[in-house]
Amino acid sequence: MRKRGLLPDLLLPALVLVAFGAAPFLYSNELMLFNFVTFLALAQGLNIVYGFTGYLPFGYVGFYGAGAYGFALAVMHLHAPPLAAMAAGGAAALVLAVVLLPLLRLSGAYFAIASLAAAQAVYEVVSNPALENVTKGPYGVSLSGVFAPRFSYFVALAILGGAFALVVWLRNSRFGLALQAIREDPVSAASAGVSVVRGRTIAWLLSALVAGLVGAAFAWHISVFYPDTAFDLGVSIFATVFVLFGGATTLTGPLLGVLILYGVYNWIGITVPQYFQFIYGALIVGLVLFLPNGLVSLLTARGIRVP
Amino acid sequence: MLIGAIVAGVVFGLYFTLVGLGLNLVFGVMRIVNLAHGDFLMLGGYAAWWLLSAFGIHPLPAAAIVLVVFMLAGLPLYYLVVPRLQRARDSEMLSLILFFGLSQMIEAVTTIVVGTTERSLPGRLLGIGPMIVLGARLPKPWVFSAAVSAVAVLGVYLYLYRTRLGTLTRAVMVSRDEALATGIDIHRVSAIAFGISLGLAGIAGVFAPFMLGSITPNIGVGLNITAFAVIVVGTLGNPLGTVVGGIVYGVSLMLMQTYFSSWANLLPNLLLIAVLLARPQGLYGRRVRLA
Repeated sequence: MRKRGLLPDLLLPALVLVAFGAAPFLYSNELMLFNFVTFLALAQGLNIVYGFTGYLPFGYVGFYGAGAYGFALAVMHLHAPPLAAMAAGGAAALVLAVVLLPLLRLSGAYFAIASLAAAQAVYEVVSNPALENVTKGPYGVSLSGVFAPRFSYFVALAILGGAFALVVWLRNSRFGLALQAIREDPVSAASAGVSVVRGRTIAWLLSALVAGLVGAAFAWHISVFYPDTAFDLGVSIFATVFVLFGGATTLTGPLLGVLILYGVYNWIGITVPQYFQFIYGALIVGLVLFLPNGLVSLLTARGIRVP
Repeated sequence: MLIGAIVAGVVFGLYFTLVGLGLNLVFGVMRIVNLAHGDFLMLGGYAAWWLLSAFGIHPLPAAAIVLVVFMLAGLPLYYLVVPRLQRARDSEMLSLILFFGLSQMIEAVTTIVVGTTERSLPGRLLGIGPMIVLGARLPKPWVFSAAVSAVAVLGVYLYLYRTRLGTLTRAVMVSRDEALATGIDIHRVSAIAFGISLGLAGIAGVFAPFMLGSITPNIGVGLNITAFAVIVVGTLGNPLGTVVGGIVYGVSLMLMQTYFSSWANLLPNLLLIAVLLARPQGLYGRRVRLA
């Protein structure tokens, strides 16, 4: 089925992974490269749920923060080795996603707002001074004992590879096709024998897992952070804008979004972040009004298959 | 202590009715979610602060000025974005994303212009000392803000039920297509409702420094969630149901602050999720929220 499209779908991610694998040896600003990998993975993770089911979780950062704190708690309280703590981070995001499964009963806009409220609720719990003994509350965590920037960079790259693999699988499998059928018309899809609940649940959990692992890698790489950074709504906004800008359901769209927008963001410098907040806000408004399917729709609308 | 918390809750709830009222009006008439509502409210707060510090204008006349200016600003904004949105396939979802972008723009511009310093207005402007109601000590500015909110709710009621335009507005709320078929100028009715909504957000903003203590450019997102919680608890699309939502929210907030103060910030988030999940069909069985 659609074998024709598989090759470019594999080539593009491979190219990106090789480029970012070689980059730390050629370019010294490793934190910036790490942030690129982070957003590439988050954008593909959001792509899994938004591109294939149509659900847009504004509170996507909740999973990222849960992953970061899952990692931090495992290191602080269980003295877990970093890779085991990574698993704890992913597990924390999965648990949160399972708790939030009932949200999938809501239709689009209500789902988006409820997920935002959920992310805020998790933030309020984690940053609560009453839990200082467990999470260090608003004062942040320090994990300098496991600090390993180079290794954690490649772990993040591996997660990006996993996220790419998931999107490639969804784009070229029967299951992915079923998901898109659900997105277009759940009633017809259900009457054609597609399990709507199962499909949405799997996409939701996979998407949360990606964000959780990315959050854990962030915690490892950065090693000192505050709840305000781990649950920064800006993470959700960036990931959303990148996906919308490039175009969901494709591999290229979110990739273009990150490379172009985040590239410009870093190139101009971030002395006054509000200018970018303004530009991104304006981009969202403009895209919704004039190009709701993103940059790649300029090609796909003409019948050209984009990887 | 319990009675005190409940009385304070009702007073707070009246104010939060005003916070959610405009949002609900827009949802009822246009079936779109204005996620920039909280940011318009924030702008109203800064307008009040600026009118006071630059011209010495008291918050009460400032509220009237803000109401008129915001209403007039709402009309072009409506024609700019909403008709285009409503032609889209999933206008509810798209409106959410679009107004989210607008909210980011407003927050960014406000931060650039006024900075991130907390601004507050002196409470003595709205009366000095506490007022004793049923043994509860309430700051006079709270009572004042609640009274203004009650007047605004009454105004919306009179508009909807005692004027011709209000009747047309209610017709659009019941069925957009039938209203169109009857020859009602939907865009005119909707544009005015949108203007009123921004005006209500503006007035709520003028009193925000008194009710919330202070304002910063980034209070919009939190207020959006609160406003949404209020109108979901009331009834989506029924502006007067907002009163119920506001008071439920206000009373539960005060009870939380009295008995579990460190967890009070969780309330709007949990209330919103709980009500969305427990009563997805809404008070009047409008099945708009379920997937």
